[in-house]
Amino acid sequence: MEMSSSLTTKTRRLPGDPGVWIFVGADMLMFGLFFSSFVVGRSKNLDLYNLSQQALNFNYGGINTLILLTSSWFVVLAVHAAKMNRIKLVPHLLALAGFCGLAFCSIKVVEYTEKFSHGISMLTNDFFMYYFILTGIHFLHVIAGTVMLFVLWKKARAGAYGSHNVVGLESGATYWHMVDLLWVVLFPLLYLMR
Amino acid sequence: MTQLRALWLSPVTFVWMVLMLATCASTWWLKSGASTSMIATAAILVIAAVKVRLVMIHFMELKDAPIKWRLFFEAWVVVFPGIVLAGFWFARA
Repeated sequence: MEMSSSLTTKTRRLPGDPGVWIFVGADMLMFGLFFSSFVVGRSKNLDLYNLSQQALNFNYGGINTLILLTSSWFVVLAVHAAKMNRIKLVPHLLALAGFCGLAFCSIKVVEYTEKFSHGISMLTNDFFMYYFILTGIHFLHVIAGTVMLFVLWKKARAGAYGSHNVVGLESGATYWHMVDLLWVVLFPLLYLMR
Repeated sequence: MTQLRALWLSPVTFVWMVLMLATCASTWWLKSGASTSMIATAAILVIAAVKVRLVMIHFMELKDAPIKWRLFFEAWVVVFPGIVLAGFWFARA
């Protein structure tokens, strides 16, 4: 395993485990098909989709975007800290990233509860079916990612990650960035664009 | 200490700031400005695609990845936002 001590390595390499990248690629294709299916459904029932969209609170979605982007940034810093052998800093940065994951989940629960209390569910119409399925599948990704960050945090606290061992951390980071970038598209698609 | 400064002041921190500003612009400026115009919708989508690419290149480190992997992700940023944009364009009221 060649490992450069510098952050800017000239050799081309995929960070982390290649298996994670295959999963990430497949997951992104699946979401890409979801996005395509949504716009086809929308084109057949434009007025219903535009009217239903007004029931969504874009402030929740916008704040959650800021939270996930910040979480991703903390994870990047954690990987950099590990490569620099700042071993004690890694768990702190992962904890910050994990708190962001929890904050996203909390806002999502508030948002879903609000919808249900207004009598809006997956069965309301096609728009809300997409809304609940797409944000729901993404929400499961965030929950899994937050649990993963907790596991990485525990390992990092035991000093597992440094320039000698960064592959596990990088694999987790790759997954977490994918969760982030999928939301970056999902949010405007459902809440903003009309 | 210089190492710590190098960590916080790395280029990814600048990328993060751009991502935050772009998110605020789409959500609270473009959305409230001209919410029914196709231009605002297209701008929101293009900003999202640029943000995705920034995450891929700088956070996921695709800038240093083998070319075939980089091409796959670069293609994703073009193909799916492209389909979404076409879908919105043909369905416009």
